[in-house]
Amino acid sequence: MVNVSIDGRETAVPTGTTILETARGLGVTIPTLCHHEHLSPYGGCRVCLVEVAPASAPERARLMPACITHVEEGTTVRTDTPRVVQARTFVVLLLLSRSPDAPPLQELARSLGVLPAEGSPPGRLADYLLQRAQRSEDTRCIRCGLCVRACAEVPQRHAISFEGRGMKRRVVSPFRKVAETCIGCGSCAFVCPTHTITIEEAAPAR
Amino acid sequence: MSPYRLHLMVCTGTGCVSNKSLKIKAALEREIAARGMEREIQIVTTGCNGFCANGPIVVVKPDDIFYQFLSEEDVPRLVEEHFVKGRSVPSLMYTPPGETAAIPRMQDIPFFAKQRLVALANKGIIDPENIDEYIARDGYRAMARALLEMTPEAIIAEVKAAGLRGRGGGGFPTGVKWELCRASPGDEKYVICNGDEGDPGAFMDRSIVESDPHAVIEGLVIGARAIGAGEGFIYIRNEYPLAVSRMTRALEQAEAYGLLGDDIFGSGFSFRITVNRGAGAFVCGEETSLMNSLEGVLPEPRVRPPYPVVSGYRGKPTNINNVETWVNVPSIVRNGAAWYAGIGTASSKGTKVFSLVGKIRNTGLVEVPMGITLREIVHDIGGGIPGGKRFKAVQTGGPSGGCLPAEMLDLPVDYESLTKAGSIMGSGGLIVMDEDTCMVEVARYFLSFTQDESCGKCTPCREGTRHMRAILEDITKGKGREGDIELLEEMARLVKDTSLCGLGGTAPNPVLTTIRYFRHEYEAHIRDRRCPARVCKDLITFTILPDKCTGCMACAKNCPVNCIAGERKKVHVIDQSLCIKCGNCHSVCKFAAVRVE
Repeated sequence: MVNVSIDGRETAVPTGTTILETARGLGVTIPTLCHHEHLSPYGGCRVCLVEVAPASAPERARLMPACITHVEEGTTVRTDTPRVVQARTFVVLLLLSRSPDAPPLQELARSLGVLPAEGSPPGRLADYLLQRAQRSEDTRCIRCGLCVRACAEVPQRHAISFEGRGMKRRVVSPFRKVAETCIGCGSCAFVCPTHTITIEEAAPAR
Repeated sequence: MSPYRLHLMVCTGTGCVSNKSLKIKAALEREIAARGMEREIQIVTTGCNGFCANGPIVVVKPDDIFYQFLSEEDVPRLVEEHFVKGRSVPSLMYTPPGETAAIPRMQDIPFFAKQRLVALANKGIIDPENIDEYIARDGYRAMARALLEMTPEAIIAEVKAAGLRGRGGGGFPTGVKWELCRASPGDEKYVICNGDEGDPGAFMDRSIVESDPHAVIEGLVIGARAIGAGEGFIYIRNEYPLAVSRMTRALEQAEAYGLLGDDIFGSGFSFRITVNRGAGAFVCGEETSLMNSLEGVLPEPRVRPPYPVVSGYRGKPTNINNVETWVNVPSIVRNGAAWYAGIGTASSKGTKVFSLVGKIRNTGLVEVPMGITLREIVHDIGGGIPGGKRFKAVQTGGPSGGCLPAEMLDLPVDYESLTKAGSIMGSGGLIVMDEDTCMVEVARYFLSFTQDESCGKCTPCREGTRHMRAILEDITKGKGREGDIELLEEMARLVKDTSLCGLGGTAPNPVLTTIRYFRHEYEAHIRDRRCPARVCKDLITFTILPDKCTGCMACAKNCPVNCIAGERKKVHVIDQSLCIKCGNCHSVCKFAAVRVE
């Protein structure tokens, strides 16, 4: 068992428990996007960043993804500091800027208070990312990789993966043809938070 | 090597090979054979000499006479005069700018005089493809000592006491990392040498592998012994074919001599090394991405902790250091920690290899003691800025490093000072910029590089750097707005704080430091729509000054879009609507009649 404090609330959890699991046990809400409790954690979307300070150096707090970071003895976790709120806001705005039409993102943005309140002027970041920034290609896919992990871990078919890097990163089947290994189980479509993947006949096509 | 009267050290580093040093070697062989002196003079093909700007280079030992800019036509004269008649040839030697007397001895040339060689101790001295030459220079002695006389704990204690820190840029104490890896539970452990040097303009690790591959192998064996690893990998990018082939050959030779394999030196310790070629993604220089790449999966970083010393390659404890870190290890074990710790500053020990490039006279590879000032590197070793131009900035640490201005030239080069100044040690790229460099354009260039190389796994690095790049592009095109500087600063701070790995964590550094030290250039672009360095094409115009134009037609002939009108001996005029601002007219005008504003 390890002792940990989240937002000032002390608890003890078994070694190997993630910060997210610990927080949920305490009723502390941490938003997530690329996380699914039945799939391996990824740490990619950065929506679940929290401030973590080791017991030895409380002043050296780092932003860590709650979904994948294990609690360690004596660490102090804060999920509500200005640094965490700014980080979260930034990440959600970045995702919204690329995928403005993804409903779960809009929902998340509303619940986190990321969008400027009606009537009040938007902040510098929101103004740029939501108004001024040039749109890249329209996409609902937020590159969370849940579908890739679902395919690899549930039916273990490895029918889809990421290709390309940076802004060119996208989920594809091998050579962009219908994957021979795809069994049409629909796991990928099931976990997709933005409903980008739909089942056509028996094969998922993107 | 004793029976020879002279040894000709022909540099066959990548730079000199590109400058046809292999033809020089062939010519030397021909001329020497023609005079029947094969038994008197030995030709040695060495790794990078370091003074790449002046290649091809041949150093004549034992007197260390330095010959530069050699061509095939020079060879007969050189052989006749120096090797037959014993009269060295000053016209082929180095002459400092503005002086007339050549400097014959290599060590007396300012470029070499201030250097301190530890990692590069064998550069230009041994043939990297011949293991016997490495052994003749005390090679593998440290390994024998580590395997036969020292306990693993003693090796770690020695490296810790030496104060060696990671030369890949992070600066983590190497001995501490080894200790953590040794203490990690598990029977199966690995060591990795990171040679995925991806920074534009950086060639430290490549040159080390090309000039002294056995020193890397020796360092790895010592580290593996200390940690308890049975297998090692050397990850070299495929863009370095010479380094790959020399390392592969070195491994074959070491195996043939029983220096790798089962029960090395009868010590009971067995160890093997494989070379892996990287397919050229910048992110593979990041340790966890590199391990993913080794495993054959998508090269994207993993969240740390767990650190590789706990869970690395295939989830096993893995110790990864870069080429330059490993190559320091044999010297430390051979000469002792106290000797090594005697070089450098209080917190940064030893030496650092830099590749000195950009607007600098003496482009090349240099190794200096930690704590040397940037001024000494740029002016004394580098020979200053060519063409009478003024120094503007030096970027340390590659594309994720910071640009430091003239006021910071007296900054000592050590991990802490560079970090405090907003830059990083990085793996050792030093890019010098002169007054003709636009700092906004520099920031845009480096950010474009890192944005292109972002793997795309985490949101801030993938999306954030794209927006930062777009804002910078707007500014260089004269579309910047009031408040953009603050917007960039805010985004830069957030991308650094929220990114998953070091790529996103450092990518904004060039933007932040150019804003910090050259804010007025950003303001000139945004407020006055003016590029002070006259680089950004959308903010400059080329015009011909009527009082200076002689009507020579040089500009009109060289204009690729034929937008310069004018007859012989009459003033020429540029059609601004067609001008693509290539700058050809400005470069070819002999009368300074083309003005750029």
